[in-house]
Amino acid sequence: MLQKTSSGLDFLEQLAATGEGDSPLGCMQCGLCSASCPLGHAMEYPPRRLLLRAAAGQLDRLLKSPTLWMCVGCYLCSFRCPRGIELTDGLWPALRDRAMQAGIQPPTELQETFQNLLKYGNVLGKSPRQRLQWADGLDVPVLDLSKQPQPVEVLWIVGDYPSYYPRNQPVARAFARILTALGVRWGVLGTKECALGECDRMFGEEGLFEMLVEKNRQLLQGLQFKMIVVLDPHEFRAIEHYYPRYGMRYPVEHYVTFLANRLPELTARMVRSVEATVTYHDNCCVGRRYQCFDPPRALLGAIPGLKLVEMERNREDSLCCGGGGGGMWLDAHIVAHGGYRLSDERIKMAARTGAQILAVSCPFELSRFEDAAKVTGLEGKVQVRDIVELLAEAMDLVEKESV
Amino acid sequence: MKIAVVIRQVPDLIEPLEVDSTGKALDLSSAAFVLNESDDHALEQALLLKEKHGGSVTVLGIDFGDVDSSLYAAAAKGADQIIKLLWGDPNRTPPPQQAAPMYAEVLRPLGPDLVLVGVQAHDELDGVLPAELAVCLGWPYVGVVRGVQAANGKSLLVCKEFPGAVMAQFEVRLPAVLGILGAEQPPRYVPVSRIRAAMKTASIAEQQVAVPPEAVRVEVARLYPPAPTERAEMLTGSPEEVASRIAALLEEKGLLR
Ligand code: SF4
Ligand code: SF4
Repeated sequence: MLQKTSSGLDFLEQLAATGEGDSPLGCMQCGLCSASCPLGHAMEYPPRRLLLRAAAGQLDRLLKSPTLWMCVGCYLCSFRCPRGIELTDGLWPALRDRAMQAGIQPPTELQETFQNLLKYGNVLGKSPRQRLQWADGLDVPVLDLSKQPQPVEVLWIVGDYPSYYPRNQPVARAFARILTALGVRWGVLGTKECALGECDRMFGEEGLFEMLVEKNRQLLQGLQFKMIVVLDPHEFRAIEHYYPRYGMRYPVEHYVTFLANRLPELTARMVRSVEATVTYHDNCCVGRRYQCFDPPRALLGAIPGLKLVEMERNREDSLCCGGGGGGMWLDAHIVAHGGYRLSDERIKMAARTGAQILAVSCPFELSRFEDAAKVTGLEGKVQVRDIVELLAEAMDLVEKESV
Repeated sequence: MKIAVVIRQVPDLIEPLEVDSTGKALDLSSAAFVLNESDDHALEQALLLKEKHGGSVTVLGIDFGDVDSSLYAAAAKGADQIIKLLWGDPNRTPPPQQAAPMYAEVLRPLGPDLVLVGVQAHDELDGVLPAELAVCLGWPYVGVVRGVQAANGKSLLVCKEFPGAVMAQFEVRLPAVLGILGAEQPPRYVPVSRIRAAMKTASIAEQQVAVPPEAVRVEVARLYPPAPTERAEMLTGSPEEVASRIAALLEEKGLLR
């Protein structure tokens, strides 16, 4: 059991009071967390040792270690901990918060992301006025609720990457076509949309998160919608788990469950076959965290001609792409201290199944895995496609115009 | 050491800039404003000096754009005093020749040993402000500074950068004005919770300043976006062909040794 000093106890008690999971005071030092962690071998203080040192009141050492910025929020440690201790959403953000409050600087690449969120309300540092750029040339109407408020069924929060990032924009357009084809009455927040802010919360930048929550409170106030739909699993987590703490309770669905609930309507519209062997990467956030394993497979399985195969680590045991919880902006730090990028390992696993396509359902993963394919020499052998893109292909809703 | 830092708000380059209907100025109504980057470095350098040698840091900014946020962020980082200069027109910033006497008016009674300003702003690349300010105060000035060391109570050792990465060290008598190009370390990140706390605890001192006559020495005749003269050359072909073309180009331009 943990040997606790008074200052260590103080920290752990504060942590227990956040109400994330069971009390960290119950840790029995079994080490399952550290052994499970995909970067545990490279951490100076893997999760078990973090708790041990924290309990011993040696926070100072921990806060200065590069370990502090190595967790990629994959939830594997929390998922496997026999004591139900929430390391991912509890311990890590608490330590990072302490560090930043003490003036310890997070890695510069991450600081830039924080600044972008603070200044522009998106992680990419893009002009808020160009939020609707993704819809350029789109052949279905986009209802901008910030300009024309009216009741809708679905408020779609498009997300930063799908709004701005060239590789993700076609996914956003495909999703818009699918929503329209399903006859859903949907709207977006247009140029007013602002990041929901999950990575900053995971990084202990609670003040930034709260600022984004406030912005979104003002945006959502007075709008009439039945539910929010998001493409980003992390944003799903933010609204589902954190927003209620600020008195904001909204029905929310990640697009995978939203579409899987409409499978018969989708299947009825599938007019083309996608002849390919496909393997699916379970993302950590809606996958492991929310145990959403069957809906993405149901969607893929419904596509005519598509053959679904499984990777060696799937469902609960999925290997993280390394982009979660802010890891997206820490590649240089993690490679420097961990020696490898998780996405490189993961795409090799995908290739070993013999699949031509690696299907994903998180906006970060397209670019992460496409980069990984280039680095590992798998470019041209394994294609990375979002489930939305594959569905749109089967429904003959692919881009007509050349964008 | 008593240090004062001047910070400016400049148009944010992530938004497309537009020329207004006069054809002689930027359309400020369509621009967004941010803290000038080298002023952020000036602040960082001031905080580093304070941490090393003690003293205080006072930050001054003209009432414009998002100056309140920049001042509160400075307080959260460790500035002791934050001052906003009111000059009667919050919708624009005065040109540097006009701004310098305003800053000087506030600085004189404060009696700092050292004034740090970013050497340039991206709406003022020729770096007029810090030099004008030194003239107003009648103090020595060194610009394009990359590092500052306190030598003794009376002078400083500063590193000035020249083209071709040549560095020179100067000894500067205090009080002095320095135009900072870069601090010894990147400007620090301060968590938003600390900025929010500063908004509650720190208060911005507002100070009315006399507006000197606008001494127009140079008038803008026309402001326009640069017309593209040469188009980019797109390299096509197999990776090998593209790679050898890049290598040839680098050699042609004298970039390979
Ligand atoms: S798995 Fe849980 S109980 Fe075991 S060491 Fe980790 S935190 Fe402690
Ligand atoms: S969440 Fe994942 S990366 Fe972070 S400590 Fe736990 S197992 Fe490791």
